[in-house]
Amino acid sequence: MKRAPGQFSSGETEAPNLPGFRTWRAVYIFVFAFFIFCVVILAILARAFA
Amino acid sequence: MTALDYFVLLGTIVGISIYGMWRARGSQNLNSYLKGDKETGWGTIGLSVMATQASAITFLSTPGQAYESGMAFVQNYFGVPLALVIIAAVFLPIYRKLNVYTAYEYLGRRFDSKTRLLGAGLFLLQRGLAAGITIYAPAIILSTVLGWPLDLTIIGSGAIVILYTVSGGSEAVNVTQKYQMAVILLGMIAAFVVLIMKMPAGLGFTDMLRVAGGMGKLQAVDFSTNPDKRYTFWTGMLGGTFLSLSYFGTDQSQVQRYLSGASLRESRLGLMFNAVLKIPMQFFILLLGALVFVFYQFEKPPVFFNQTVWQAQANGANGAKLLSLKKDFATVHAEKKKEIESWLAAKHSGDSAAELRARTEVMSAQKRSDELRAETRKTLLAADPQAQGNDADYVFITFVLDYLPHGIIGLLIAVIFAAGLSSSSSELNALGSTTAVDFYKHVLRKGASDAHYVAASKWFTALWGVIAVSAAIFANLVENLIQAVNILGSIFYGVMLGIFLVAFFLKRVGGSAIFFAAIAAQLLVIAGYFTLTISYLWYNFIGCAACVLFSVLLQGFFGSRGNSGNLQTA
Repeated sequence: MKRAPGQFSSGETEAPNLPGFRTWRAVYIFVFAFFIFCVVILAILARAFA
Repeated sequence: MTALDYFVLLGTIVGISIYGMWRARGSQNLNSYLKGDKETGWGTIGLSVMATQASAITFLSTPGQAYESGMAFVQNYFGVPLALVIIAAVFLPIYRKLNVYTAYEYLGRRFDSKTRLLGAGLFLLQRGLAAGITIYAPAIILSTVLGWPLDLTIIGSGAIVILYTVSGGSEAVNVTQKYQMAVILLGMIAAFVVLIMKMPAGLGFTDMLRVAGGMGKLQAVDFSTNPDKRYTFWTGMLGGTFLSLSYFGTDQSQVQRYLSGASLRESRLGLMFNAVLKIPMQFFILLLGALVFVFYQFEKPPVFFNQTVWQAQANGANGAKLLSLKKDFATVHAEKKKEIESWLAAKHSGDSAAELRARTEVMSAQKRSDELRAETRKTLLAADPQAQGNDADYVFITFVLDYLPHGIIGLLIAVIFAAGLSSSSSELNALGSTTAVDFYKHVLRKGASDAHYVAASKWFTALWGVIAVSAAIFANLVENLIQAVNILGSIFYGVMLGIFLVAFFLKRVGGSAIFFAAIAAQLLVIAGYFTLTISYLWYNFIGCAACVLFSVLLQGFFGSRGNSGNLQTA
């Protein structure tokens, strides 16, 4: 049986090194939050000027 | 176009191309030629990924889409953030760990040689066809603008991109894309500023949005569950996620961009750069189109934006009818303009009844205006069935040429050219790499020297360039360029993604099961496309789901006999 590629432990496990983001999980959460913010803004814009 | 415009256009395009070739000089081993020696920072990767996707089609078609149908198209990109996060978290570490040149090389290690060749073959088929459209799109506009023969424009733009992509490989592509993207952003901001300045005196930005929104051009989010609707929140989230996952995660023209990252961090940040900025950027381009629509409520637009087609018919058998339609259109436009001014005046004075009345009149006039445009289109097509019936791609360029100052016109033409070159270069780079690595090196000529493979990569890149240019010369314009590319992608991408998802997550499925499952799923999607009326975005989901399901069922049939592959994890 082959090993599933998803089970690899990557040799490159660098932290994001961004101000305010200590882990990649935090970066991904920020991306999702920003996406929701964009959708809300678009919906509000359409409603405000409909 | 004046000498100043030509100076800006040629200086920008030729200058960036020469700089890219100079920066990438001496790239003579396969690693540097295909991956740029893995030294690229996240900013360059981010701009490169963005430039690869944002082709000339984006800047020609997208504002026209907003002008015609509003901003719903932005929902097509709602799947991008989620897809890029999945790629950064799951796909990217595996590609980097295995140190592959192409995404399909990974399929060979995970499954077997035939699955690798199937994946590479699907990519070459899909991307090879799309590469012709990518070169054709800016060429048709530039030929109209410059008065050059279309074929000569295609060959000229094709020659530039072939030259620097072949000579400098991946590094030249990355470097040129960074500066091409800077030109694109500068040009679009300049167009936006000039557009605002050209609006009628006294019309504030809020009024512009009010006119656009009131006439249905700002509806960006639609939660309708009607499957026949092309762009909704749900098609964007489901179909868009699958399309983006497939495009960014398995299309070599994108994979090659982020594989050139100096580290996993640089590659990931490059992807996150796009995850955050893609939707705002598309929104900005669509808003530009919506504001061009507002502008043309106060300045009379042509009844049909492709003036070349119009002029060809205006003196023909249907000339009298076309001129009559043009006259009626001008009358309706004048009435509509008057009613819009009344509507805004009533809004400012707080007279709700007058506002409602004027707005109803505006909508009625807009309906008549749309009907006259549709009738004009029908008349043009009746006279010449081969003529381009959809003029949406000409809306933005017509505005640029008629209303922007000289110098800025040159810059905007450079934007279209730069966007076309940036996408084409990634495509040719990826097509050449995949042919060289997955077919030539893997099947035809094993064990040759590095220099031999670099030379082969260059020859294959040049060959694909010639094929793309030939396809562009023989292409007839389809209804809408950007949709044509997306439809083509949706037919093939779902199955491709299915293969990769099985590879990543279903460890029990072997090479034979996925190989035959992928072929069956691809046939199903093609049959569905020709028989069903659902939005093309759904085919990304259907193709992927069918591929995964068939592979699990076939694995049950094949059992351990179907397992092959030689995954090297070290």
